[in-house]
Amino acid sequence: MDKKIRIIVAKPGLDGHDRGAKVISHGLRDAGFEVIYTGLHQTPQDIVRSVIQEDPDALLLSILSGAHNRLFPKITKLLKENDVDDILILGGGIIPETDVAFLKENGIEEIFGPGTTIDEISDYIKNHIKRRL
Amino acid sequence: MITEDNKERIDSLISKMRAGNQRATGRLLTLVENNLDAAAYIIKKIYEFTGNAYIIGITGAPGSGKSSLINTMIEKFVDAGKRVGIVAVDPTSPFSGGALLGDRIRMKRNFSINDVFIRSMANRGQLGGLARATKDLVKVLDAAQNDIILIETVGVGQSEVEIFKSAHTTVVIVIPGLGDEIQAIKAGIMEITDIFVVNKMDFAGADQKVAELESMLDLNEKYEVSNPDHSLIVTRTQGWRPPIIKTNAITGKNIDKFISLIEKHKKYLIENNQMENKLKIKYRSEVLEILKFRMTQNIEALIYKNPEINQYIDKIIAKEKDPYSISEEILLKFIHMG
Repeated sequence: MDKKIRIIVAKPGLDGHDRGAKVISHGLRDAGFEVIYTGLHQTPQDIVRSVIQEDPDALLLSILSGAHNRLFPKITKLLKENDVDDILILGGGIIPETDVAFLKENGIEEIFGPGTTIDEISDYIKNHIKRRL
Repeated sequence: MITEDNKERIDSLISKMRAGNQRATGRLLTLVENNLDAAAYIIKKIYEFTGNAYIIGITGAPGSGKSSLINTMIEKFVDAGKRVGIVAVDPTSPFSGGALLGDRIRMKRNFSINDVFIRSMANRGQLGGLARATKDLVKVLDAAQNDIILIETVGVGQSEVEIFKSAHTTVVIVIPGLGDEIQAIKAGIMEITDIFVVNKMDFAGADQKVAELESMLDLNEKYEVSNPDHSLIVTRTQGWRPPIIKTNAITGKNIDKFISLIEKHKKYLIENNQMENKLKIKYRSEVLEILKFRMTQNIEALIYKNPEINQYIDKIIAKEKDPYSISEEILLKFIHMG
């Protein structure tokens, strides 16, 4: 059994719009990944706990509510505190261009906004996975 | 192959896991699932720490209310002070090879991280190796000191039968109304099910479903026929006849009774010295699985990667020899044990 790329798609905070996250989850499943979508209204602690237990290769954070500058760094900080330092962390949703630099300084590898294709995301992930078994 | 470096890293993960570090447990689960050499190394090291958890296998068709039932079970176990590990297996798409692992999202979020450890996995087409991987994940969760481990799967196929040989108690969930479900419950599963749950008991047809299951169990009864002095004596062999319980996992109706059935089964296994029998069945099949997997790996590597094989295949094409004769030659010349 070959290892597949394992992904968690997570929506932090109060943002209740998850059509995008679901489209991404299904799309990445169709691209051959093993995807865990953790549902709505996850706290940073919830998300970190899922990462700890499921040990994915990549974490995709989706947010449309504008709270990314607060929530994303909180998550990456908690991950580091829990010895999670080798997974690819990406962000998506509604994230203004002007915030991208700040987020990259805070542990997010890349941001994918509206209009990104599934292919772009799956290629990016395949090429940037940080670790092999 | 495991390098010395990797061995050190793995040893460190194992100590951390034993000390309660969930990140280490998560990493070990990944290694064990995906790398047979790592699995062998890890299982060898942690085997002495396994055997303490009580393992419950649960399966049912999609829509049977499995997740709701499992949520209530976990709540009861946690309330009773138990630490619970869950391995949840979901199907892999036969088209893309990917999978959407949807069990975690259905779990209640108020479980404390220390009480409940949930690990999702894909069945990867149920090809050889699923049962091995699942059982090894269970061993890691056992060594990580979980008191109860749930193995959750979908369906009742050959892989499920294999996986549940590792469980102490196997639960199959059905619901009223799905007519062909009973027919679809194959022989293997009937033999290893310890408790039947008819969930969604408020739906029409619940009692009928119970009756159908009872007749199926009647057919499966084992009888001994003795004929000592030309008179026929038929006795039903003693054993555990799987009880059938109706539940409503949403309202919680009969859940306590269901949990106590699991405890009753555990008691039966202990009091009737059945644990050792179970372990014999379990480990015989595990050893067979590992052997088969290793052999398959070796054979596939030989046939697909070793250029020496080409001349053998050429002989078949040239009609010098047939496939059976060639296979026997290859077996004698190339296949080693281990």
